[in-house]
Amino acid sequence: MLVRAAKKRIKILVATLSLLILIAIFSLVVLRDNILYFLSPTEIKNSENLNYSKKIRVGGMVKTGSVSINNNEINFIITDLSNEIFVTFKGTVPNLFSEGKGVVAEGKLKDKKFFIAKRILAKHDENYMPPSAEKILNKDVK
Amino acid sequence: MMFKFLYPSHLFSFLNKGISIISAIIIPFLFLSLIFALLISPQDYIQGDTVRIMYVHVPAAWMTLMCFGMISFLCILTFLFKTKNTILLYKSIAPIGLSLSLIAIITGSLWGEPTWGTYWVWDARLTSMLVLMFFYLIFIFSYKFISNQNLSLKVCTGISVIGLINLFIIKYSVNIWPTLHQTESIKIIGRTTVDSSMLLPLSMMLLVFFLYCALIFLMKYKSEVIRIKKKGLKKI
Repeated sequence: MLVRAAKKRIKILVATLSLLILIAIFSLVVLRDNILYFLSPTEIKNSENLNYSKKIRVGGMVKTGSVSINNNEINFIITDLSNEIFVTFKGTVPNLFSEGKGVVAEGKLKDKKFFIAKRILAKHDENYMPPSAEKILNKDVK
Repeated sequence: MMFKFLYPSHLFSFLNKGISIISAIIIPFLFLSLIFALLISPQDYIQGDTVRIMYVHVPAAWMTLMCFGMISFLCILTFLFKTKNTILLYKSIAPIGLSLSLIAIITGSLWGEPTWGTYWVWDARLTSMLVLMFFYLIFIFSYKFISNQNLSLKVCTGISVIGLINLFIIKYSVNIWPTLHQTESIKIIGRTTVDSSMLLPLSMMLLVFFLYCALIFLMKYKSEVIRIKKKGLKKI
């Protein structure tokens, strides 16, 4: 049987734990804008107080067929399948950067449809498979 | 009696048996798993050979989360029922968890460079994992350097309870917020998106990491018990 002191400690622990969980939830909700690593094109379109001089990050998928390279400037479109944003970038991109794959661009907005990137990061998805399995999958799609 | 091995007289024979069994099987099993992970398993369809970092990164990350879960459980148990033995148990787990969290962070950043194009970003998953490492550090400091047994236990419980919340943040960070880190591939509910030819070496490496943790834990626990017997310490 539990002694009285242990019961008291259980109460203390449950009270502290629930208080801490509440604090954690509130602070995470309040800090949401800082935790977001990148914004999607839709969020940029809908947000009203955008700071055009501040460095932000835009993420989504590189639209298939949108990548064009001239000299060392690379232009492409980031899409989240409902909205798009045009990105221009000077420099080298990571190996995994390719059409139809995830990408995060860091830089400044010129306007809501045009983004000047200073850094490009490739975002890869949660699928891991050998090349042979991918061919079979693609065949199934076609 | 089921818990006979917990009696002091049986404890050492149990610990020695466990240590000798695990140390006998871990080396051959490690080599077998490494052969599977590094040679037999296929390349990834976009990442190529870089995907092999996964076989160290993922088990290390899982085990460090598990270690902290165990520590929190034991700490709460100690706080509630003032059991003495559990103090030794969580003290033996904490250094393992710290080293595994370091391994997870270092291998993760080495994996990030060729795939994402950066060693480190401050997204939710990576940051919360770094926070976990600091939780381990503060936890270890607070049982090492606070000499008052009662106070030390209270501080440890506080840290482990806050850290427990952080565990859930780590787990769900990739689902709640947009992060550079990909969402989880191995799901309890739903389809696992790791090909079966890669899942086998991954689970083998997970078992290796588990055995390694168990081995280090038993060794550390044994030395902690010996330390107390030798010195007759007041503070456990």
